[in-house]
Amino acid sequence: MADAPDQVSITLDGRVVEVPRGALLIAAAIEAGTYIPHFCWHPRMKPVGMCRMCLVEIDTPRGKMLTTSCTTPVADGMVVETSSPVVKKAQEGVIEFLLINHPLDCPVCDKGGECPLQDQTLAYGPGDGRFVEEKRHYPKPIPISDLVALDRERCILCARCTRFSEEISGDPLIEFVDRGNHVEVNTFPNHPFTSYFSGNTVQICPVGALTARPYRFRARPWDLEAVEAVSTVDSVHSKVSLEASMNEIVRISGVDCDPTNQGWLSDKDRFVYEHLLADDRVVVPLIANGDGFREASWGEAVGLAASRLADLGGAVAGLGGARSTNEDAYVFSRFLRGVVGTPHLDAQLDDGLAPEFAAAVEPRALIDDLDDADAILLWGPDLKEELPVLYLRVRKAATAGAKLVVVHPRRTGLDDVAAHTIRYRPGEGPALLRRLAAGEGDLAEARDALGAGKVVALVGRPGLAEPAELAEAVAAFALTLDDARILPLVRRGNVFGALDMGLAPTLLPGRVSVDDAERRRALAARWGSLPDGVGMGATDILEAAASGRIGALVLLGVDPVRDHPRPDLARRALERAFVVALDLFVTDSTRHADVVLPVAGLGEIQGTVTNLEGRVQKLNRVVPPPGQARPAWSILDDLAAALGSELEADAVEKIFEELATLAPAYEGLTWDRFDWAEGRDGVVVPLEGVTPPLRHVPSDPGLAVVSERPALHLARVLYDDGVLVRHCPSLASLAPEAAAHLHPRDASVLAVREGDRVRLEGVGVVELPVVLDPTLAEGTVYVPFNLAETAALGAVPSVRIDVVREAGS
Amino acid sequence: MTERILTARMEAHPADSHTLARYEATGGYTALRKALGEMSPADVAAEVKASNLRGRGGAGFPTGVKWGFLPEDLRPRYLVVNADESEPGTFKDRILLERDPHQLVEGIALASYALDVHHAFVYVRGEYPKPARRLQRAVDEAYEAGYLGTNILGSGFDLEVTIHLGAGAYICGEETALLNSLEGRRGEPRIKPPFPAVAGLYAKPTIVNNVETISTVPWIVAHGGRAYAAIGPERSCGTRLFSLSGHVNRPGDYEIVMGMTWRDLIFDVGGGIPDGKALKAWIPGGASAPWFVPDEHLDTFVTIDDCAAAGSMLGSGAVVVMDETTDVVAAAHRIVKFFAHESCGQCTPCREGTTWMERILWRILHGEGRPADLDLLLDVADNISPGLRWPPAMTTICPLGPSAVSPITSIMRYFRDEVEAKITRGATVG
Ligand SMILES: Cc1cc2nc3c(=O)[nH]c(=O)nc-3n(C[C@H](O)[C@H](O)[C@H](O)COP(=O)(O)O)c2cc1C
Ligand code: SF4
Ligand code: FES
Repeated sequence: MADAPDQVSITLDGRVVEVPRGALLIAAAIEAGTYIPHFCWHPRMKPVGMCRMCLVEIDTPRGKMLTTSCTTPVADGMVVETSSPVVKKAQEGVIEFLLINHPLDCPVCDKGGECPLQDQTLAYGPGDGRFVEEKRHYPKPIPISDLVALDRERCILCARCTRFSEEISGDPLIEFVDRGNHVEVNTFPNHPFTSYFSGNTVQICPVGALTARPYRFRARPWDLEAVEAVSTVDSVHSKVSLEASMNEIVRISGVDCDPTNQGWLSDKDRFVYEHLLADDRVVVPLIANGDGFREASWGEAVGLAASRLADLGGAVAGLGGARSTNEDAYVFSRFLRGVVGTPHLDAQLDDGLAPEFAAAVEPRALIDDLDDADAILLWGPDLKEELPVLYLRVRKAATAGAKLVVVHPRRTGLDDVAAHTIRYRPGEGPALLRRLAAGEGDLAEARDALGAGKVVALVGRPGLAEPAELAEAVAAFALTLDDARILPLVRRGNVFGALDMGLAPTLLPGRVSVDDAERRRALAARWGSLPDGVGMGATDILEAAASGRIGALVLLGVDPVRDHPRPDLARRALERAFVVALDLFVTDSTRHADVVLPVAGLGEIQGTVTNLEGRVQKLNRVVPPPGQARPAWSILDDLAAALGSELEADAVEKIFEELATLAPAYEGLTWDRFDWAEGRDGVVVPLEGVTPPLRHVPSDPGLAVVSERPALHLARVLYDDGVLVRHCPSLASLAPEAAAHLHPRDASVLAVREGDRVRLEGVGVVELPVVLDPTLAEGTVYVPFNLAETAALGAVPSVRIDVVREAGS
Repeated sequence: MTERILTARMEAHPADSHTLARYEATGGYTALRKALGEMSPADVAAEVKASNLRGRGGAGFPTGVKWGFLPEDLRPRYLVVNADESEPGTFKDRILLERDPHQLVEGIALASYALDVHHAFVYVRGEYPKPARRLQRAVDEAYEAGYLGTNILGSGFDLEVTIHLGAGAYICGEETALLNSLEGRRGEPRIKPPFPAVAGLYAKPTIVNNVETISTVPWIVAHGGRAYAAIGPERSCGTRLFSLSGHVNRPGDYEIVMGMTWRDLIFDVGGGIPDGKALKAWIPGGASAPWFVPDEHLDTFVTIDDCAAAGSMLGSGAVVVMDETTDVVAAAHRIVKFFAHESCGQCTPCREGTTWMERILWRILHGEGRPADLDLLLDVADNISPGLRWPPAMTTICPLGPSAVSPITSIMRYFRDEVEAKITRGATVG
């Protein structure tokens, strides 16, 4: 009998082992070093016992019994045989059964070489097949979405894909149809497999039945060179394996990192590598030339940039860094403050949250806190659209019993599993918050749900037209609850790392306030100098550039024309200022640059990044950067040198070492920490000891901006027309149709029907077709942000709406 | 023995035994009146326990014991009556539904009262439109007459009864597949445990019983459990319906007291084999049961335990008789084909193995068999039901896969020479 209360002891093939109480036998055995073959069982999904490969023999009062180890929990004293003659024969039988209808097209199958069926046939299968009849035939692969193809002949009906879709992602678009020997996996008629998570099914398919159309026939597994990294598509930082063939990344696979993605990825995480291979990637330095650019040498481009920056003295500002590594961000911060001498810098574009709040709100929740939360408050973006892997974790917690309260202007991906959904008109958030806090009327139940036990509050901006302060007010409310933790939601890649590196006017590296005298002294000692005072944030910087008070802008992987709430302002600023851009592409913003310097992207560099919970993880490099592209820190080092300063940024390890000395929250981290067992899941940098505490939470949200005009709900969608998606051919086509979504009652007041066109006037004017959305709060128009057709609108609290009448009608 | 418990009314009043008027006129609903008036729920359950009634759905599990598995403290509980009757050769529940539906309704009310159930379901096979109509009519009449609904007979006991029609899948007779189907899911058996008594319909404690089982309850409550237990042999007490078919002179449903021999059943009750032909084999308890042969089993007693000891079962009460002219390979092929067709398809050995065995038998039947096919057939069967034992071991989720093995082991045990002859001499079927 086991000693520890949470352990039991079982006898595995004659060996007594201690295993966790309540564990499934298959998991316990594998953990204890005894492999049990399996196909349908997946450690992150409920067992179904369908493939029968994991059969073992267990002693029972009525003798030995064959049973599936994936459906049997361990019990103290259990005696298990995993390779008795009976078990072996049963396993051989299962393999033979699976092979009788499995085509032997392994040589042309993507899975060949990493196929569980192939591997287990070798290890556990019979020597040869005895099936002489014709195999089951289906038309060879059929596309079931733009990303996934299905070859039903190869399918072994393990139900991993169907279970994933129902149980994990919550969009059951593939199912078993028919019965017995005719069972097949398929989609429903006219409903393609348009899940944001479809690629996971390809990865967990134990054969080559589901294949990713972007990857089909691109490489053989044994040719792939792989390294671990995390996805920088959003701030969750799902762990991935970057897989390259012939110096090109051809596949990204999910890696199971318990505290973050648990193996899953969004399709954006998975297929985003395509942008690295885009034809129009900038791979040599460019200098503006008439309406376009000409190629230049590094020496010429850097020299030009440096001489103009030097001329302008301090009238320079920096934007960006939220898509870069911590090392890039740190060097950018040091470059701007220490070399150029400007306090004006911002990683965000007034499209996120207040830097102090995002970086240091306390107590901070970990993603894992969702698992044992009694209640979850989500008042922020639609997670399925903006942080899809976090959506999976919240969905998991909610389906396991946490009471989820979702507050949003329209239906979100999580409404299905929410205990309470609350809608409101953008602008009326503060009033709603007051009513929720008081538990008034129909909000009483939701308020009660939040009143008991551990609460995780996920707070962010539901839409870009709503103020960042709303999230702070929601957090302030959450902090009045007994046991609440806050997870601030900002989406962009490494925005939290950038803030931690001081890429905000109010912050210095390490979550330190700019007016912390002691830290300023330490930094100035190392950096040589530090500009005085609090600089400007993004909007002020753009205003200053547009009016000529700021003469030059340095852009690091940032696209203000697309991402700033006021695209017109961004354009005017970039047109007027001298612009040095470090980027992968000529974007709507960088096309106004005077110098474009090519930077290396994901998988082409090493570095660390920090996710939304403060988890620092490492990116590894698997391919060389194309052409003359280089890491941003190295470009900035050259620029500094050209300006007569020494950044000492000649190796990424050295930069990390420097930031780990100067950024208090990162103190004590070492570069190789992430390569070893305990650091492989990353290291959460502590908030304790941050001086001064950066609470920045208004308790009275007097922010109401209620207007007679329709309120604007301007929110991001997963596939937008941003620079990444636009450069991924497989994803670009998935962007939704641009439309103005109206509640049917509002539409009837306007006398418009679905498909009619309306003109919306915000910062700019856009004309869009109407889509009726009964889930939208009344008095609101919802417009997806950052699609080509909606980009000009801008993020304003309310819009003017006019119906476009056909001529003659 | 002429004891009639289940079929007395339909025999005496063939024209209207299904109506409420006839049912009431012949003592119907007195058991319910008695139970609701004088007995506690526990009293009713105790009578059923004392009756030693064993389930008539196939497995012969003691009904009172099964009822005792319901967890004390979980509510709601459900009762589900299994009227999916789809095993080839079985047509006994049909007459109970069609010709004495009120007996079942009363049984449902009594069982529900005993089990503190307030919503009962009857899952009727989709190909039984007339029985389903008759049952629905009976349920409607019972609601009108106050035997169902709220405050039944003024007792304060409430019960809703819902009739649900299946959509043509044999597997939905398996109790957990039935529950899935009732919930609107694919009709696929669930992994047990948990058993339905603990987590059944909508994950609530649920008792699943066969039509015949529940139809017996009114008699037991009316006459007492001990009276029932006193009928017939101790461990197979009471009467039981058998569906006789195949090569017998008088095919049909018969209610008999268990304990006679197979000789009595086939030759006396069934009237023997037509045209004076010889008996070759019979299936004693539905298509999933291993066959019996005259040399070994004519004097075996028709009881649950004697048949189990002889390597088969009374199962669903379907007795299929085969005379000397029967092509046993063709018969086995037909049965295996049925199971292959009805496999739900979720577990590998059943989905692939039943079809494979069907193809091998087809080959042999059509003169394309090879000598190695005999071993192959048995080995494939062994990979579905390791050891080819009785009761069967299984590599599958439910007993359907192993059911397809029964006809194969049967013909290989008793008629191997005939199978071999087909292989060496070629086809006998065009
Ligand atoms: C494949 C399969 C099919 C079955 N079909 C039926 C059926 O049609 N009717 C039935 O009453 N029981 C059927 N059963 C048995 C049920 O699972 C269950 O044991 C029975 O309904 C319990 O009722 P009882 O306790 O009254 O016998 C079947 C079992 C299996 C494995
Ligand atoms: S044995 Fe056959 S019918 Fe039963 S669960 Fe498995 S596949 Fe379905
Ligand atoms: S892994 Fe256990 S049955 Fe498939």
